[in-house]
Amino acid sequence: MTRSAQWTRRSHRIGALGAGAVLALGACSASGSDSVSGTGGEGVSGTVTVFAAASLKESFTELGERLEKEHPGTRVTFNFSGSDALAAGIANGAPADVFAAASTKTMKLVTDHGLTEGSPSTFARNRLEIATAPGNPHGIDSLRDLTAPGLKVVLCDTTVPCGAAARSALTAGGVELSPASYEQDVKSALTKVRLKEADAAVVYRTDVRAAGDKVEGVEFSESAEAVNDYPIARLDDAPNPEAAKAFVKLVTSPEGREVLGAAGFLAP
Amino acid sequence: MSTQAARKPRVRAPGPGVPLALLLPALLGLAFLLVPLLALLLRAPWRSLPEQLTSPEVWEALRLSLLCATTATALSLVVGVPLAWLLARTDFPGRGLVRALVTLPLVLPPVVGGVALLLALGRNGVVGQWLDAWFGITLPFTTAGVVLAETFVAMPFLVISVEGTLRAADPRYEEAAATLGASRFTAFRRVTLPLVAPGIAAGAVLAWARALGEFGATITFAGNFPGRTQTMPLAVYLALQNDPAAAIALSLVLLAVSVAVLAGLRDRWMRAV
Repeated sequence: MTRSAQWTRRSHRIGALGAGAVLALGACSASGSDSVSGTGGEGVSGTVTVFAAASLKESFTELGERLEKEHPGTRVTFNFSGSDALAAGIANGAPADVFAAASTKTMKLVTDHGLTEGSPSTFARNRLEIATAPGNPHGIDSLRDLTAPGLKVVLCDTTVPCGAAARSALTAGGVELSPASYEQDVKSALTKVRLKEADAAVVYRTDVRAAGDKVEGVEFSESAEAVNDYPIARLDDAPNPEAAKAFVKLVTSPEGREVLGAAGFLAP
Repeated sequence: MSTQAARKPRVRAPGPGVPLALLLPALLGLAFLLVPLLALLLRAPWRSLPEQLTSPEVWEALRLSLLCATTATALSLVVGVPLAWLLARTDFPGRGLVRALVTLPLVLPPVVGGVALLLALGRNGVVGQWLDAWFGITLPFTTAGVVLAETFVAMPFLVISVEGTLRAADPRYEEAAATLGASRFTAFRRVTLPLVAPGIAAGAVLAWARALGEFGATITFAGNFPGRTQTMPLAVYLALQNDPAAAIALSLVLLAVSVAVLAGLRDRWMRAV
């Protein structure tokens, strides 16, 4: 609780600051020549708060910057965390405009409370990969190789989408694995491999790609059994519905797909 | 904090003379501390509670929490009391700096402590790589790792508390022991220790309570595995994600244990403080 509450509060405060700055800017421009509202398309401005799965960090940050460039006066603030922590935050009244989850199950936690505007749409899919140290020193080639004695493997906790997906892949492959730890989100699982504390982690292929040459990805056939759908939705009581609409539109557009594809996501 | 032990301030009965300017913020502060705990009790899933609490995972996490917090306190006592003595009774260059460094974990976010521990004692860490190479010891993802993370965060509480008591205690008793032929260590063992025992007990309770609630350093350094490194705070955090009722039930257990232990110790040890 503490962590998500803290983040929520912080993003809230940043949101308030941003809104203040935008108001001030608006006052300045209004005193100039003509009113600028309307030039940037359907009155998109102000701060839009996006709660997004940790695995979306790189691609959504990029898309947020593009939206800010497209609609001057708009600020996109993000709260990246485990999807379930975000869903719990939204269900408890965290102020957000958009929610993008790493699984339909976590999105359902929010739609079940009737908190979304319209039904969520799937905008990307993600596959699992095994992350190892550069050069794959333990010669890991398959999911079964992870059960080698003495090998330290970390998984995401089963309450988090990447953990649930890893669990289905292990079940599909009939592999019994006792990990060293169930990490609270995909980035902390990856960090354990980057710091060489763990020999391998089952994470998303997008995370492997985002880590660059710090880790090496190993594809495995069972990952086909555990492909995650990423749904996105606007929230019912979004403080900034226009900007929320614009962000969702950008994410689901061909441009958005291109950015997501470059990060390693599969098309929906 | 423990200088009070020496001075024994006279407590005045709160009478009609309490100024409103002090009373109102005081009551506000009290309410602020108590309302969240009350909310926990109000929203507790009392009906499903017996079922929630009889699950083996809860007891496993509780057992691990108590074991690790107690071991961490013991470890803190073994090295923390001598450290407090060194700070209070000896004079060496840079003592002020050492004292400041000792208190650093008090203000450091525990997650930062966890990262620092990984970089120091991790399998690839500054010290950890030699532990691994020479003794085959790796600490992350082990119960020993939990104990170390908790000790790192909790020991400063003990050191500060004991140091304060030592400073307040009269050094002339030790000097008298020395003139009677006792070595400095004998004087410490036979005179100083009994003299500051209440302060040590109070510090140990503080450290134990801090260790029991430790989350950030633990999950960062020791990871999360039921029965091995998943202590109660970790279990609460992860349960909150998809089963808030279970999280509240776990929180109640932790709350009850903390209250019981603090109340029990207050009567036995802390009366003298």
